Amino acid sequence: MQKHTFTISLFAGIFVLTAMAQFGVINQYLVSVIMLMGVNIMLSTSLNLVNGYMGEFSCGHGGFMCVGAYVSSIVTVLLFSKNHILGAPLLPPSLALFAFPLALFAGAAVAAVAGLVVAIPSFKTRGDYLAIITLAANYIVISAIDNMEIIGGPRGFMGMNATVNGMEGLLDIPWMLLWVLFGTVFTVWLLRRFVSSTLGKGVPAIAQDEIAAEIMSVDTNRMKLIAFMLSSGLAGLAGGLFAHILGYVNPHSFDIMKSTEVMVMVYLGGMGSLSGATLSAILFTVLLEVLRPLEIWKWVVIPLLLILLMQFRPEGIMGNKELSDLFPKLKKYYSFK
Amino acid sequence: MKRMTVKVLVAVLALALGAFALMGCGKDSDVIKIGFNLELTGDIPKVGEASKFAAEMLKEDINSKGGLEVAGKKYKLEFVYQDNEAKADSAVNAALKLITQDNVVAIVGPNSSKQAIPAGGICNDNQTPMVSPWSTNPDTTKDRPWVFRAAFLDPFQGPVAANFAAKQFSAKTAAVLFDIANDYSKGLAEIFKAEWEKKSGAGTVVAFESHGTKDQDFSAQLTKIVAAKPDFIFVPDNYNQVALIIKQAHDLGYKGPFMGSDAWGSAELMTLCGKDCIGQFFSTHYAAAGAQGATKEFIDRYNTKYKYVPDDVAALTWDATRLVLQAIQEAGKVDKDIKAERKIVRDALANIKEFAGITGTMKFHGTGDPDKCAVVVQISPEGKFEFKESVCPQ
Repeated sequence: MQKHTFTISLFAGIFVLTAMAQFGVINQYLVSVIMLMGVNIMLSTSLNLVNGYMGEFSCGHGGFMCVGAYVSSIVTVLLFSKNHILGAPLLPPSLALFAFPLALFAGAAVAAVAGLVVAIPSFKTRGDYLAIITLAANYIVISAIDNMEIIGGPRGFMGMNATVNGMEGLLDIPWMLLWVLFGTVFTVWLLRRFVSSTLGKGVPAIAQDEIAAEIMSVDTNRMKLIAFMLSSGLAGLAGGLFAHILGYVNPHSFDIMKSTEVMVMVYLGGMGSLSGATLSAILFTVLLEVLRPLEIWKWVVIPLLLILLMQFRPEGIMGNKELSDLFPKLKKYYSFK
Repeated sequence: MKRMTVKVLVAVLALALGAFALMGCGKDSDVIKIGFNLELTGDIPKVGEASKFAAEMLKEDINSKGGLEVAGKKYKLEFVYQDNEAKADSAVNAALKLITQDNVVAIVGPNSSKQAIPAGGICNDNQTPMVSPWSTNPDTTKDRPWVFRAAFLDPFQGPVAANFAAKQFSAKTAAVLFDIANDYSKGLAEIFKAEWEKKSGAGTVVAFESHGTKDQDFSAQLTKIVAAKPDFIFVPDNYNQVALIIKQAHDLGYKGPFMGSDAWGSAELMTLCGKDCIGQFFSTHYAAAGAQGATKEFIDRYNTKYKYVPDDVAALTWDATRLVLQAIQEAGKVDKDIKAERKIVRDALANIKEFAGITGTMKFHGTGDPDKCAVVVQISPEGKFEFKESVCPQ
């Protein structure tokens, strides 16, 4: 029983949060901050797989998020909103609840395929050169969408609210909060299972020495393919949720600034630590909100905090340790492999 | 020791979360709160700053007279500024914060369409009136009864530029250079092209070239444009790029005129562009040089207070905020219940048919978008934007 404490309290936490949002105990602003926090956790943990565990330097995570956001939005808009491509919605709004996870999955799948753009060159190159390729991938995605008139180009794309309203019409609870919480738990769970699996052990092996890993029978090309596609697919999932939280996407919301934010979260939390990436995503989102009244000074305070942290703790908040390494007693409360 | 550091960090994190959850309490009865969702940091901080300055000036005006009079009672104004970092997601959070934590009656801003479209959706869903001073994208107010604006739309400005240029330059052919990654620039370029070809026949836009947002060198596009020998070049671009484009066109031997749009109208255009811009025309929301009456008074006071001539966004914020204040007064009472108060303010806003602003008279027809006149200005040898012509919707 004790082994399941963590899992039980996690789901109880989700239930309590949703109930609090439902009955107005926490207001919509806090709900929105919690949702963006979830999206940030998904982004930072998924980038951590590549930048932390695999030791590569990918700086185009925003591009994959963008692909996921657009694909899932296009699917839900075609299905449930009046649009200028197909005209009337294809399905009645009552089906939104069932179609929404599929749309999110479609976004994640296409983003994973887009991850190939980075994964295949990574067979032959690494380090700074791969970093430039990831940067280029980010720009390619944004320029491509800028030039696609049918999905609004630089004007952005909207109409996702009909899907969210459709779900709420079926049962009036804060669905988006629920989806984001599930998405976050799913992402962290999947990454945790992956990096601690026999297959996933190949990822840190690549980080330490690629040739040695190859000699020790790690198929490095296959590992890189899996790691990049998993990372970009999860970023796409986060993008799909982000698009449906806002109800509007604009390609320039996912530019190099977004990618940089995600990288800051990864390095703040510590490379190769899932709990670090989670904590830093929470900390970063809260800092951005709490320091909002400082206006321009916020952009002095946050970078200054980063510099101080890097000065006194260059490995990030958690280094490459997990929370359970620091507080061994926690291990009693969960039963991960 | 290391473990201690981590424990301290975790504790700080927990404290920050707790403090965050407790934020935003406290209420006051004889105060009317209006929220401002502005671009105070990020890509376009000057826009947010101009908005904030104009709003502060208006607040001081009214509070120095004892407050805003609603149904015989004076209420002090309190303006709450939230920074949206010129980002769409941040604008949504800022709007929600203003609505649910700060309990504002109405929201002014965001200015730029990228933020105003999602924030407008949030305000409409949460039944809070919102007025965007500067957003020109039709989607901001479309199908949103709670969202209004103080600026004219892009589909109006395109024909204004086309008609004025045809008359002023006796032009038969035109060339267009625009920013493909900027929705405003691209939209306006396309509307202009359609309008011009409708007037002068197909193929009279002899060159239709685009560039990227961060581009510095336009010689490839300009060489093509100059070779096509247009009667004038239409450049619906931001002022910083306009300065480069005009200089480079002159270097390539182009002698003809340029026509621009409201994004030219920044106080900084002349410092960047210098003598190359003198004599060029652009359409905008208001003309600072040669202004009369209330507009002149506003410009002079702003200039003395903040030491520069206000650009259009400041004037539009002034109008947008006054529009909200007038609606609050016309609502006739201040309801204690914030939701009811928002509802009567929205109804009063929707009932305003005509509003005399410092950027011209606005006429509303129930869509939240005003019909108002655009002005065309010419850049004088002293670098002032001089009134040339006023173009009104038919």
